[in-house]
Amino acid sequence: MSPRPYVRPISAREWVFRHPRYVRYMVREFSCLFIAGWTLLMVWGLKQLADGPAAWAAFLELVKTPASVAFHGVTLAFAAYHSVTWFNLTPKALPLQVGERVVPDWVIAGAHYAAWAALSLIILLWTL
Amino acid sequence: MIQLEVLRYNPETDQEPRFQRYEVPFRDDWVVLDALNHVKEELDPTLSYRWSCHMAVCGSCGMMINGEPKLACKAFLRNYPGVIRVEPLRHFPVERDLVTVIDDFVAKLARVKPWLVPKEAPGAGEYRQTPAQLKRYKQFSLCINCMLCYAACPEYGLIPEYLGPAAIALAHRWNRDSRDAGRESRQDEIAAKEGAWECTFVGACSDVCPEHVDPAGAIQQVKIESTIDWYQAHLTPWLKNEK
Repeated sequence: MSPRPYVRPISAREWVFRHPRYVRYMVREFSCLFIAGWTLLMVWGLKQLADGPAAWAAFLELVKTPASVAFHGVTLAFAAYHSVTWFNLTPKALPLQVGERVVPDWVIAGAHYAAWAALSLIILLWTL
Repeated sequence: MIQLEVLRYNPETDQEPRFQRYEVPFRDDWVVLDALNHVKEELDPTLSYRWSCHMAVCGSCGMMINGEPKLACKAFLRNYPGVIRVEPLRHFPVERDLVTVIDDFVAKLARVKPWLVPKEAPGAGEYRQTPAQLKRYKQFSLCINCMLCYAACPEYGLIPEYLGPAAIALAHRWNRDSRDAGRESRQDEIAAKEGAWECTFVGACSDVCPEHVDPAGAIQQVKIESTIDWYQAHLTPWLKNEK
């Protein structure tokens, strides 16, 4: 080894913009902030429901405001982005081999999409 | 002619690295390594870099080419319009010019025991393995230790204790080998916080791998298997001795 190897400084922020893949990754990570915010809103909604009709009506008025609708739109977009990117990664984490053949990636990811669609449909029918 | 901008660092005279430009002939079948060899042979014999096979087998010529980790022997000049910027692999200290200090990777690789820990003492003849058993680990065995995955991994850049993609993928390669019995002895390293759990699945390691190994996949599989181990140890500890 040389007597004085040079250690290049690493910036905690600069790496994100080195390549689009790192930006896509950080968008996926940031999506959790919106999903966590939405979850807290739902918990607060439950509390309002428990507090009686007036509190519940106030909550419903709040979620109808343009700011709330915008927040829900953004959260839905982030949640969909997170789900799609994760489902597309599932073949890496859950590879299946049957004999000498490897199950194609699209089958593993497709099974997740199918389960997503089926569960969404069941919930939708349940609530109608 | 094309312009090559190469990071230079001489530990005996330089306080910090600097870029030096060279003008080299353009040939359609030349890769960046050919251009560097031209510089060394015709223009500047002081330029230092590692290379050996010139055919993406030895894994020696990994470097940053226009900011991306690449093997210089696989990076065709024709794919890079304009000035080509060549730097040493990111996340490793610079020894001299394009040569990096790789001691950290070599030490981590040894820690995961990337060799066969035999299940039984070798008898007469060879170990038998079916094509299906071979397929379980084969893609991970194609790793050439070029360290491009370490240069692509922001986790390794920010947390140097992280074991890193290639070491975990190679541990996984042996864990999946039907002849091997070393999994338990590798778990302390790969199932640790600085092992697979430091990975947040950026996936860049698999994107840049010149041999199409999927270290990101290996790491997620290690996480799943380690989680199953944990549940087995805590929920069904009486089964442990029978495993």
